[in-house]
Amino acid sequence: MLIPISWLKSYVPVTDPPRELAHKLTMAGTEIGNVEITGAGWDAEKVVVGHVLSVDPHPNADRLRLPTVDIGGGRAATVVCGAPNLAPGQKIAFASEGATLFSPRSGKVETLKRARIRGVESRGMVCSSLELGLGEDHEGILVLDDDAPVGAPLAGYLGDAILDAEITSNRPDCLSILGIAREVAAITGERVTEPDNSCPESEDPIEDQVSIRIDDPDLCFRYTASLISGVEIGPSPRWMQDALIKAGQRPINNVVDVTNYVMLEYGQPLHAFDIDKCRDRTIVVRAAREGETLTTLDGERRELRPPMLTIADSQDAVGLAGIMGGANSEMTSDTTSVLLESASFDAVNTRRTRAALDMRTEASDRFERGIRSALAPIALRRATRLIAEICGGVAAKGIIDLYPTRREPPTLSLSRARVRQVLGVDYPMSQIRRVLHSLGFEETQPPGGLIDLIEAVEAGPSAERSDTLWLKVPYWRSDISIEDDLVEEVARIIGYDSLPTTMLSTAIPHWQPQPMTALKDTVRDLLAAAGMQETISYSPTTLDNLSKVDALDEANPPLRIANPLSRQWEYMRTSLRASILDTLAHNRRIAQGDGARIFEIGRVYIPKPESKERDLPDEREMLVGAVSGPRFPASWVAEEQDMGFFDGKGALEYAFAALGLDVTFEPREDSILQSGRAAGMSANGAPLGVIGEVRLDVLGKFDLDTRPVAMFEVDMAALLAALDDVSLAYRASSRYPESYRDLAIVVDADVSAARIQRIIERHALVVRSAPFDIYIGEGVSRGRKSVAFRVTFQSDRATLTSEQVYRFQNDILRQLRRELNAELRG
Amino acid sequence: MSEIDSMTQVADIQARALLALAAVDDLPALDEWRVSFMGRRSALTQLMRSLGSLPAEDRPALGAFANTARRTLEEALSDRRREIARAQPEAAADAIDVTLPGWPTPRGGIHPTTRIVREICAAFASMGFSVVEGPEIEWDHYNFEMLNIPRHHPARDMWDTLWIDFEDADGERPMLLRTHTSPMQARIMESTRPPVRVVVPGKCYRYEATDPRHEWHFYQIEGLAVDRGIAMTDLKGTLYEFARRMFGVDRKVRFRCDYFPFVEPGVDMSIDCFLCQGDGCRVCSHTGWIEIMGAGMVHPNVLEGVGYDPNIYTGFAFGMGPERISMLKHGIEDIRLFYSNDLRFLRQFS
Repeated sequence: MLIPISWLKSYVPVTDPPRELAHKLTMAGTEIGNVEITGAGWDAEKVVVGHVLSVDPHPNADRLRLPTVDIGGGRAATVVCGAPNLAPGQKIAFASEGATLFSPRSGKVETLKRARIRGVESRGMVCSSLELGLGEDHEGILVLDDDAPVGAPLAGYLGDAILDAEITSNRPDCLSILGIAREVAAITGERVTEPDNSCPESEDPIEDQVSIRIDDPDLCFRYTASLISGVEIGPSPRWMQDALIKAGQRPINNVVDVTNYVMLEYGQPLHAFDIDKCRDRTIVVRAAREGETLTTLDGERRELRPPMLTIADSQDAVGLAGIMGGANSEMTSDTTSVLLESASFDAVNTRRTRAALDMRTEASDRFERGIRSALAPIALRRATRLIAEICGGVAAKGIIDLYPTRREPPTLSLSRARVRQVLGVDYPMSQIRRVLHSLGFEETQPPGGLIDLIEAVEAGPSAERSDTLWLKVPYWRSDISIEDDLVEEVARIIGYDSLPTTMLSTAIPHWQPQPMTALKDTVRDLLAAAGMQETISYSPTTLDNLSKVDALDEANPPLRIANPLSRQWEYMRTSLRASILDTLAHNRRIAQGDGARIFEIGRVYIPKPESKERDLPDEREMLVGAVSGPRFPASWVAEEQDMGFFDGKGALEYAFAALGLDVTFEPREDSILQSGRAAGMSANGAPLGVIGEVRLDVLGKFDLDTRPVAMFEVDMAALLAALDDVSLAYRASSRYPESYRDLAIVVDADVSAARIQRIIERHALVVRSAPFDIYIGEGVSRGRKSVAFRVTFQSDRATLTSEQVYRFQNDILRQLRRELNAELRG
Repeated sequence: MSEIDSMTQVADIQARALLALAAVDDLPALDEWRVSFMGRRSALTQLMRSLGSLPAEDRPALGAFANTARRTLEEALSDRRREIARAQPEAAADAIDVTLPGWPTPRGGIHPTTRIVREICAAFASMGFSVVEGPEIEWDHYNFEMLNIPRHHPARDMWDTLWIDFEDADGERPMLLRTHTSPMQARIMESTRPPVRVVVPGKCYRYEATDPRHEWHFYQIEGLAVDRGIAMTDLKGTLYEFARRMFGVDRKVRFRCDYFPFVEPGVDMSIDCFLCQGDGCRVCSHTGWIEIMGAGMVHPNVLEGVGYDPNIYTGFAFGMGPERISMLKHGIEDIRLFYSNDLRFLRQFS
């Protein structure tokens, strides 16, 4: 909503500079985004109102002329001008040498210099709208009204400030200059002067000339209309056009301009019908019929259906109620009789209709926010007066006012105690009263009988009453329906900034454990410490992307977004695998030489098709990670090697160990991981997830090169459940020294290191063991391999002798031989 | 050669060697000294080699004497080497180029959103707020209706919604991607009795074109405090305290009236622009103030909806965009950087 200060001043005195006013309005809830000051750059001495005394031909050019301009103070100037619309007697905007103006040639603001044009010196110019920054027009010069004072600074005459207000959806009344004027009055303590709505009328009553009825009173609460005959369609006067342009509207013709002007003035949309084009001079407000069509003023043919509300003549729709008129009843140059409509339509139906027809107008914006029925006749009288005044017609006697069910503004009570309870400040009643009066609230009696009831119930009736106000809500406000709405009015006008600040002093509630939230944070920190970078990607994806990682469940397809922003983001992901591979591919494209270690903790969304009417999808927290590329950047100490399975596994092992979790890795098949290079992870037999190197054909689908990509996926809920078994109870360390032995154990090639290790660690005095060398080749028979373990022994009770350790070692070897057909490498 | 001659010779060698050593003051010279006095061709070595030609009874005494001399010289050599090394440490033979990089250690990190969400939640946690999470796919009922935003309410335009493709028996779409974290207000109050004091971080989604300041997929942090006797002065105090912790103790805050259907009175909180100190710049759109969050006193209809008596209980709610706060704190100019997952961006904040 654009608010020209010049227009605002018609209703309320404005003494604050525009930016100060903008600040005050913003603080009270009407956010002013931008203040545009026109004429701010016009020098008072150098840009003035001029009077064209004469126009002489240029001696050397046919297109150029030499106007002589009276610029006040007994001075006159002769300049060179090429504008075709220049004529003697015009009042124009004159700029002298040294003035700063917009130059259409350079596209920048420049200082006007004296110039010789075709041999004639020019020390100034007659300005166009474009040069003054007032509009796009550069075809001709800007011609001012005849009453413009010669020699006066143009800034004083034409300058203005326009506030760009963002009106919240609860305040349709502020979608009007008068509404803003009422806000200004309340904030600054001024009074609003309402426009003159009186209008001379003819002797012929309107009822004898038109017939109007409401067929759907649930959708049209009130319909008022006036009739003006003998109008002459033409352009509206300059002041009205200026006001409309400044407020962002395009002037059309005098009648339409009046309806727009009054809409901007009062916030009440109006519509003008050429009543001679309405059959039987009849208006019926009714729901559309199935299959009915209407071509609206914008030239679109609209297919209507009930309960879209139409304004119809005796047969067909001539307008879409509260949204747009029909082309069939449009004002044309032949129009002489105007039926002016000012009505109140149901907000929800207006909103649904315009949404269904995918249109949005100034009128629908206002109606869908809910406009009070009381406004309709007031705006109607104002527009009737202006049409009669400007378009030369005469109004019929009276107005039509169909108002099937009266809707009175509500009466509300406000107690001082409630103000104190909500705001935390005990304002005196006098101050509360003053604020509400300034906003147009009127004090009234409590609804009948209630006062007796209060007196009967309350112990101190008189005190209670004096601390409670009963208020009638102003007719223009549709946003006030409960006591707390009044509390806000008090707070915003006194100013939120004037409220004191206090710290919460009420009881702190019991803490509730949030184990998943805590676990996610811990895992993030651990993986980051293990050298991995967290990423977060978009949750919706494509079916294609999910199928690349074999995550499409035909029986339970992912949830689809009905109105996706892009096909790229249409389905809610059921796997994070594609997300992490996409992120990896994206980064490999940017920095091919770098290794990447990335992870994401996020949700997958598993629909519940059997119970989707009742249940939201299952949102499961998942962890995925991927590592690929060189382990380290080129380094003088480290060998350049690509990362693979064991880099991913190492990071996970680090995290699991820090969580105190004993995780088993066993070979496992997975549809996107290479066979033989993938493992399932479990803790105490419960599966946690998988890790492995991604198959080359899958990498190809993500445009990843052939370097190994190790990927892991962990179900966070399973991880959380596994942590239930973790004991973090203190265990004493042995006081006696450790001793270790290195054993190279030869087994069949398909025996896993983990199986050997489990047998070794079964021995009571082994505190840990770790494989440190794998060997296949000379000295080891075909089909066998040697796995060297460092085995550490320790007792809680004594220092172990080498004889003892030797015995234990042999015990272990015996066991390995028995279970795995193992032997010690010779 | 007699035994005495040989002993005198050894003593003489030792004396000359020690004298010469005193004049040595760098490592190359020390090495020359070692060669000339202790090397294979040195007089001492020659002499010790010639012991074999001496009578057997003389050998032990002379041998021991020569060995003592040799040990004395060795000790003197190593002492001198230490002294020289101490005087000229940079010339030590085992010096390393300390400017070479160390063993590469991979550096990981958390996402900038995770980081700012933690920072914000920690500020409120220290004021007694618990952190809880909620579903991202929500019912219209919680996302809107319980928040005093019925269907077809014009305020719904404030939250352009991504809907799940599924219609109920009435032909309405009941399921959506939550447009804010506010639905947790109703969910939390439905499941607990006052007092309530929580913050809710999480992903939200809107049907919105993106630009450097708008992203359709983003995080939000909701806050809610409800009890007997919580007033708007508490809202101001709590959020002011938060601003001091996040943006510094000198930050000024501004509270102004704004509209959200689930609060009354409605509040918008801004801080003074820390780039221009309130003079007006591009970051603050030349207003001197930067909007940080929406807030307000919980609307009585919302309290009634969850079975709290609004005449007894009051409270405040607030919501903010953590990415926006991160952008302000770190001078990030485009919100779309957060979820485009460029590691060059992410690593800066790890």
